[in-house]
Order: sequence, then C-alpha cells, then structure tokens
Amino acid sequence: MSDQKDFTAGMDSNARKSPRRVVFVTRRTSAQVKVTDEDQIQTYPEILFRAVVAIEVLTIALVLIALRFNAPLEGLADPTHTPNPAKAPWYFLGLQEMLHYFPPVVAGVLVPGLVVMALIVIPYFKVNIEADGLFLKDREKRLRIFYIVAVGLSLFLLFPKFDPRVEEHFYVAFVPTLIIAGLMILASRSSPQSSSAFRRYLAARPLSYWVMTWFLFELVVLTVVGTFFRGPGWGWVWPWQPY
Amino acid sequence: MAKESTKNAGDYFDELRRTRVWRSVFRSGTGSSTLHRALAIQQNVFLHLFPTKARRRMASFSATWYLGTLTFGTFLILVATGIPLMFYYHPSVPQAYADTKDFQFVVSSGMFLRNLHRWSAHAMVFLVFAHMFKVFYRGAYRPPREFNWVIGVVLLLITLLLSYTGYLLPWDQLAYWAITVGSNIASAVPVLGNKIHFMMLGGNAVNANALLRFYVLHCMILPLAALLFVAIHFWRIRKDGGLYTHQSEPATIASKSTSTQPAGEAAR
Repeated sequence: MSDQKDFTAGMDSNARKSPRRVVFVTRRTSAQVKVTDEDQIQTYPEILFRAVVAIEVLTIALVLIALRFNAPLEGLADPTHTPNPAKAPWYFLGLQEMLHYFPPVVAGVLVPGLVVMALIVIPYFKVNIEADGLFLKDREKRLRIFYIVAVGLSLFLLFPKFDPRVEEHFYVAFVPTLIIAGLMILASRSSPQSSSAFRRYLAARPLSYWVMTWFLFELVVLTVVGTFFRGPGWGWVWPWQPY
Repeated sequence: MAKESTKNAGDYFDELRRTRVWRSVFRSGTGSSTLHRALAIQQNVFLHLFPTKARRRMASFSATWYLGTLTFGTFLILVATGIPLMFYYHPSVPQAYADTKDFQFVVSSGMFLRNLHRWSAHAMVFLVFAHMFKVFYRGAYRPPREFNWVIGVVLLLITLLLSYTGYLLPWDQLAYWAITVGSNIASAVPVLGNKIHFMMLGGNAVNANALLRFYVLHCMILPLAALLFVAIHFWRIRKDGGLYTHQSEPATIASKSTSTQPAGEAAR
C-alpha cells in the first residue's frame, strides 16, 4: 500500500460548530472543499427573529402610509369616455412610453419578450460567470463588437426621429444608452492599475454588469418619464404643470 | 407568596412545552440545544424549506437588504387584507364599483383595508424589482443558483400579473382604462394577437366577463401559483447552498475569511 491514495481524509474537530463530519477528498475536487471555517448562525431563532422584525417594521411603515394616504378611486367605469391621457399601472409606463416611439409589435411584444428571455438566460451565459472586466481580455475584438452594437442600438433608438407621427422628445430612450456607452468607452480606456478609484471600478466591470445597468437605467428613466412627464395626447408636461 | 412569584412567564412556557399536547404538535422536542434548534427547522413542514444554519455575514443588513424577506412580507399583508376585502366584494358590473365605494363609507375599516392592500401591492412590485437587481449585482444568480434565478423571473411575472389583475377590480375609470391600454398591447402579437386579447378579456373590450376573469385570476389562480413558486424559491436556497455572496462582487460586506468560498458547500 505504498502507492499514493487518490483521496485524503479529514475530520472537522470543532464539535460546537458542526456535527461530526468525515470528508473524503479526491484530488480532482479538492478545490471544492478548500473552505473557510465561516461563522454560521442558526436559522431558529436568529434568522427567523431578524426576518420577523424586518417584516414587522415593513408592516408598520405600510400601515402608517395606509392611514395617511387614501387609495385613488375615480368615477364609475365609462367605456364611452376616454380619459386623456389613459395611463397603464406605473410599472407598465416604461412600456407605454416605448409604445409612443415604436410600433406596438416592437415596443409591446418584441422588446418585453426579449427582456424576459434575456433575464432567464443571464445565469447560463459563460461570459457572466467569469466576472472579468469586459475590456481586459481581447480588447480590440471586444471594442469592435461594442461599437457595432452601440451604433446599431443608437440607430434603433433614433428610428422614431424619422417617423413623422412622433414629435419631440424621442431622445428620452436614447440618452441613457448614450451615457452608458460613454461610460463603457471610458472603461475600455481605464486599467485596473489606474490611480482613480472610479476608473479602476469601471475597468473591472464585466459584460453582464453593463447590460443590466443599461437595462436598469432605461427602465427607471422611461418609467419616470411615463409617470410624471406625460400629459394629454402623451405630450410632454412638467410634473408641476397641471393638465 | 414569595415562592410563587419566582416562577416567571418563561417557566410557564417551558411547562407548556413539556405537556403531552404540545409534544404531539411540535415533534422537535423541548430544549435549547443546537440539535433542538436545528430540529425546530427540519421537523416543521413550512420551516424545513429553509436551511438549519446560515452564514453569519449573510444575516447582516448590507448583504441582502432583506429585500426577499420584505417581498414575502408584502405578500403576507396582501393575503391578510385581501381575504376580508373579498368578503364584501362582488365581481359584477356595476356592483363591483358600488362595493368599492362601500369600503370608503360603509364597511368598518374598509378604507384602511383597501389602502393597505393597494399600497402593499405597489410596494411588492417595487420590492420584487429591487430584490432582482440586488441579487444580480451581488452575483448571487451564478451557478449553482441559476435555476433559482429563473424561478425568481417567473415570480416577477406572477407579481406583475397579480398587480395588473387587481388593478381592474375597483371598476372605476382609472381601472377600466389602465386595463384597456394594457390589454391592447396583447393585440399587437403577430397572427394570434386578437385571439389572445379576446381570451384575456372574454370579449373584444374590457367588460363584465373581463372583470370576472381578472377576479378569479387575482384571488385564486395567481396567488396559488405565487405560493407554489415561492415555496420552490425558498427550498432552492437551501438546496443550492444557502444565501451567498461572491466575494469579488462589489458591495460585498467585508468578510473575515481569507480564502475563496466554493459554491454549494455549507448549510445544505
């Protein structure tokens, strides 16, 4: 029995932390078990107690809001009288804002469908798992792809400009894209050794971060514009302007 | 007299826990040892979805902001306020509107119940989105947790549908036209658009059929679907190795440990 074993045996001797546990570690998987002795707490009572306190605080906050502000209730539904503007619930106003620029099949079906599909696919993409800075590897190739995507996306978002039915403010969806693209260009010109903490941060962002941040930015901007800046005929109003 | 006063409430509770009836209900037994506390989770049909232990750093506020917990909290509030609302509500036209008015002026605490239900619904939609982005920026969607992320996306869609179907129920102008605007989007689907639109509303426009359909979906089908997927969502946290923060991710809390943490090791 002089040949090397392909496993090692170990035993966690800290009985207060973990029940007795024998591990057999084959060499191939040893990286999996090179684990820190992380401090653990028990779900009951510690985690459950915190969860209950968190939910209680939330409940108190919502009860106070419910006591102070009444839910809106307008007149009886009247199919013959369309309010202007007719707005969807707030979480769909980003979508409704897009419907202002693009034909319904694009803004109402294609884009939301792609968003849901993209969300599902996120964790299955290898690029996301690596979590390396986007431009740290294959810089030239990735920059080229980035420019093609950025220009294509910009043309898509500028498309309403050439549609005579859409008047001004077509750039609401375009500006966030422009800002994110600008930050990505800055990231491609930053190195992880940069003296500026902000540029070090940018340089280390992976692709998934950029895609999600762009999505979040667009979602917030479109929803806020749809909620507060749109009045009769889906025209531009300022939040303080009565209509 | 003095002898009796030494017995405090905790002692009475301990006594209660030792009774035959209590023991028949809670099988984990009495005691405060680590084993008993683990059994309290493991032997409970609801709590056994969770791991018996969790990493200490994941209990800190900055790790998760408790967004998943809070989302579940809003769901509980919505069930608790939704059931009494159902007692007074008829999903028919125009009675639905009259019932909603009654919440304001006739039903005791009706206004409060409706307010709490509505604001909690908005809070739930907001918290679900916040939870999703927080999980993303933490990197907690990475393998082996990728399928739980997908279940989370399903729960996001269920939440939006729950909120959307509930929006019609007051049957006022706001409800009617919001649903009209939203449902018209379905017509834009190529080929099947009008069929889907018709199936959704039970007609070519928002009408009494749509109200009934939305009511059934809102009070019955969608909450049950949500409950089922929430159960899987919680259970998968345990199966996928507990709450987790990738240490290289931004906004990760400073960890006391030094070496890297492999996925799916602890707290199974």
